Amino acid sequence: MATQQTRSIGRIAVAPSVLALFLWMIVPLAMTVWFSFLRYNLLDPNPACSLMTPGALLDAANRCMAGAANYYYFLTDPAFFKAMRNSLLLVFWVLVISVAGGTLLALLLDQAIYGRNAVRLMVIAPFFVMPTVSALVWKNMMMHPVQGFLAWITKSLGLGAIDWFAHYPMTAIVIMVSWQWMPFATLIILTALQSFDEEQKEAAQMDGAPPLSFFWYMIVPHLARPVTVVILIETIFLLNIFAEIYVTGSGGRAGNLPFLVYHYGLLSNDIGGASAGGVIAVILANIAAFFLMRMIGKNLEA
Amino acid sequence: MGAITLRNVSKAFGDAVIIPGADLEIAHGEFVVFVGPSGCGKSTLLRLIAGLEDLTSGQILIDGEDVSGVPPARRGLAMVFQSYALYPHMSVRNNIAFGLRMAGMPKEEIDAKVARAALTLNLTDCLERKPRQLSGGQRQRVAIGRAIVRQPKCFLFDEPLSNLDAALRVNMRIEIMQLHRQLDATMIYVTHDQVEAMTMADRIVVLNKGVIEQVGSPLELYNTPNSLFVAGFIGSPKMNFISGPFAARHNAATTGIRPEHIALTGAGGDVQGAIMLTEHLGADSFLHIDAGEAGRLTVRAPGEYGGKPGDAVALRFDAARLHRFDSQGKVIV
Amino acid sequence: MARAVPLRRKLIFTGLAWGCGFVIFFPILWTILTSFKTEGEAVAIPPTFLFFDWTLENYGVVQERSDYLKFASNSVILALGSTLIGLLIAVPAAWAMAFAPGRRTKDLLMWMLSTKMMPPVGALIPLYLIFRDLKLLDSHIGIIMVLMLLNLPIIIWMLYTYFREIPGEILEASRMDGASIGKELIYVLAPMAVPGIASTVLLNIILAWNEAFWTLTLTTRNAAPLTQFIASYSSPEGLFWAKLSAASTMAIAPILVLGWFAQKQLVRGLTFGAVK
Repeated sequence: MATQQTRSIGRIAVAPSVLALFLWMIVPLAMTVWFSFLRYNLLDPNPACSLMTPGALLDAANRCMAGAANYYYFLTDPAFFKAMRNSLLLVFWVLVISVAGGTLLALLLDQAIYGRNAVRLMVIAPFFVMPTVSALVWKNMMMHPVQGFLAWITKSLGLGAIDWFAHYPMTAIVIMVSWQWMPFATLIILTALQSFDEEQKEAAQMDGAPPLSFFWYMIVPHLARPVTVVILIETIFLLNIFAEIYVTGSGGRAGNLPFLVYHYGLLSNDIGGASAGGVIAVILANIAAFFLMRMIGKNLEA
Repeated sequence: MGAITLRNVSKAFGDAVIIPGADLEIAHGEFVVFVGPSGCGKSTLLRLIAGLEDLTSGQILIDGEDVSGVPPARRGLAMVFQSYALYPHMSVRNNIAFGLRMAGMPKEEIDAKVARAALTLNLTDCLERKPRQLSGGQRQRVAIGRAIVRQPKCFLFDEPLSNLDAALRVNMRIEIMQLHRQLDATMIYVTHDQVEAMTMADRIVVLNKGVIEQVGSPLELYNTPNSLFVAGFIGSPKMNFISGPFAARHNAATTGIRPEHIALTGAGGDVQGAIMLTEHLGADSFLHIDAGEAGRLTVRAPGEYGGKPGDAVALRFDAARLHRFDSQGKVIV
Repeated sequence: MARAVPLRRKLIFTGLAWGCGFVIFFPILWTILTSFKTEGEAVAIPPTFLFFDWTLENYGVVQERSDYLKFASNSVILALGSTLIGLLIAVPAAWAMAFAPGRRTKDLLMWMLSTKMMPPVGALIPLYLIFRDLKLLDSHIGIIMVLMLLNLPIIIWMLYTYFREIPGEILEASRMDGASIGKELIYVLAPMAVPGIASTVLLNIILAWNEAFWTLTLTTRNAAPLTQFIASYSSPEGLFWAKLSAASTMAIAPILVLGWFAQKQLVRGLTFGAVK
């Protein structure tokens, strides 16, 4: 629905964005893949194998080429297994908590209640808290074993204080991250609930559907889509959780894949190993992304 | 001047051919209506003339000059869109003035022209309002005002009345026709409503599946449709089509007779049948009749017809008004 | 809903909802309250809720000791800078895809979205090295570009969904009126899209403000925003809770306010138009 002229201007208008995103996506990724096959450590006193001396990378003895060694070391590093486990546990539990809690909260907020907007504001607030703040607030003020608010509650109940980050770092992180993401699920599911056709509701009332079957046959199918969207988008973000672990200093025991890559690269200066980890993270993310893209792509047709 | 010529104009979107090839001559000052069912390509043809779409092949000439490659703004045309397409963030005054401002006209001149257009269209009181504060009819008038201030060679209307209610539509129809007389400009008007086409047009162009079926004055199309399609499209209620043995007796694949050309007689007649349903419109009554081998027929009876469902009736056809079509749907002369 | 809801039911649900809301909001509320306490009171057991000596002292100390304003101004520079540059290249792109779509437009949109799926750790190492070698580490321009690219797909998508709601006929009308493409964008599209552009800006500022992977790894002091400022409290000063609370309150307050305004748009932006 446009003329040739507007279409060619359109192409020029899209070009900067496409170019920028193309470079942003392809250059670092290509370098990561390249590095992942190199023996490349920033602490090497004689860094023949570095970014700025590409010739050295191809020299005779190929002493820079690591082949699959980086992958071998990364994948056989016990830390990798732990990181993978932590990554998946984190994603799984946060999804369960945020989707279940978010759905219940959204259903509650969709009822006729006094001050709905005020409650809504309180419920979604955590989503706007920057990750570093929520990390410190939870670690110190909520979960501190001596002066933390939770410790005060458990002690008042006679349960004794729990040192969350010392004894249950994974649980602590899950609680914290769920607190941040449940509002997101709530907000999206609530938006979907409120878009439910009033006339359909009235038609169901006319048909005499009891509340439970109304929920099961009307609301649940209506929510299937937003819930899927929530799951997919949260998965993408949760796979990349970093600041919460970094700031609470729980990387040692609750560190996930991003943290391990960070540790390899910027703390141990093993560029090759970190890059191999990065490639693995990319592959994992792509599996999740594949399903999300299909969802959104379908939506685009409508 | 505003004479428009289409030479073998065709349009395809990818593999989908919308208009296989159209030829048309429109003289200066004519009011031409493109009519056809939705999806027949009438809007596309209008947008091709406007320059909002590229031609796939062929030529469009305005006053003898090939404008096929000329951008819309420089074709000297103005368009009134179905949705009116008013700029929601601009006042009525600025909506009307926008085209003139884009042309770099001095401010005093713009003000004078806008004032004159507003007077013509009875919009003077709402010049400072935003489109959303106007009624449907007023919005329609603003859209027309935006077109007339530019003094175009030709006005293009794309189903401009389809968003108005029935009463307003009749009024606007008359206003547009008066405007046409005042302005002495060519107007091309697209609609799917054959009543609009019949009442407004100097000439009607009937389109079917991207092909121009017939071009002619409203009465030409009414009296001598050259195909089954045109015969069925023009006229309300629709022409009755009878095929089978009845048509065979008249040496045709299909015969057509308009409801108003069938008379009710006491006995005998061309066919007999029974009344199924009567629609009372006051001035007329439409009878739906089950006429045996002739099928179901609609008959227009003047005044209030007293018959009840089930009554037997005999029908006489006005032989001079019987249309005959061959198996391709072309008229047999 | 024309029928009245029984009052008892409404009261029960109200109580339940407010209870949940309060629990969820509590950590934020607690942080804000603590920021007005003295250090002694902040760690008092049992905790004090409203009846303590309210003081503003912490806010002053935080500024004095850790130069809050410098970090805050960095946050503003990074958020606004990345948003503006992003908008500048996204508006023409979204316009083209919404109003002059080609056969490949949908694929292009999906591809842009897919760049968002790229995990940052996949790019961390090369980007760190490139930044190091180009002397971009801890520089405003470097991190602005990263944040811009990070959110560009979201900006384009949001603008695209908003633009699609503007009838193409209006732009065509302006074309008939003789407006050039540039004038069409400035006089017709932009004013009509103001609400959409505003929500896009809002969401992008929120995302840029809270971004905590690249800002933590690529900045240290000069260009460091509030994420880094707060992270610096994780070491010894973290024990000074009142001050930590004051710093946190100041770091989240502006975004909390913006976010509350942007709720609806947020849903659309973060789900890429899949939920409206």
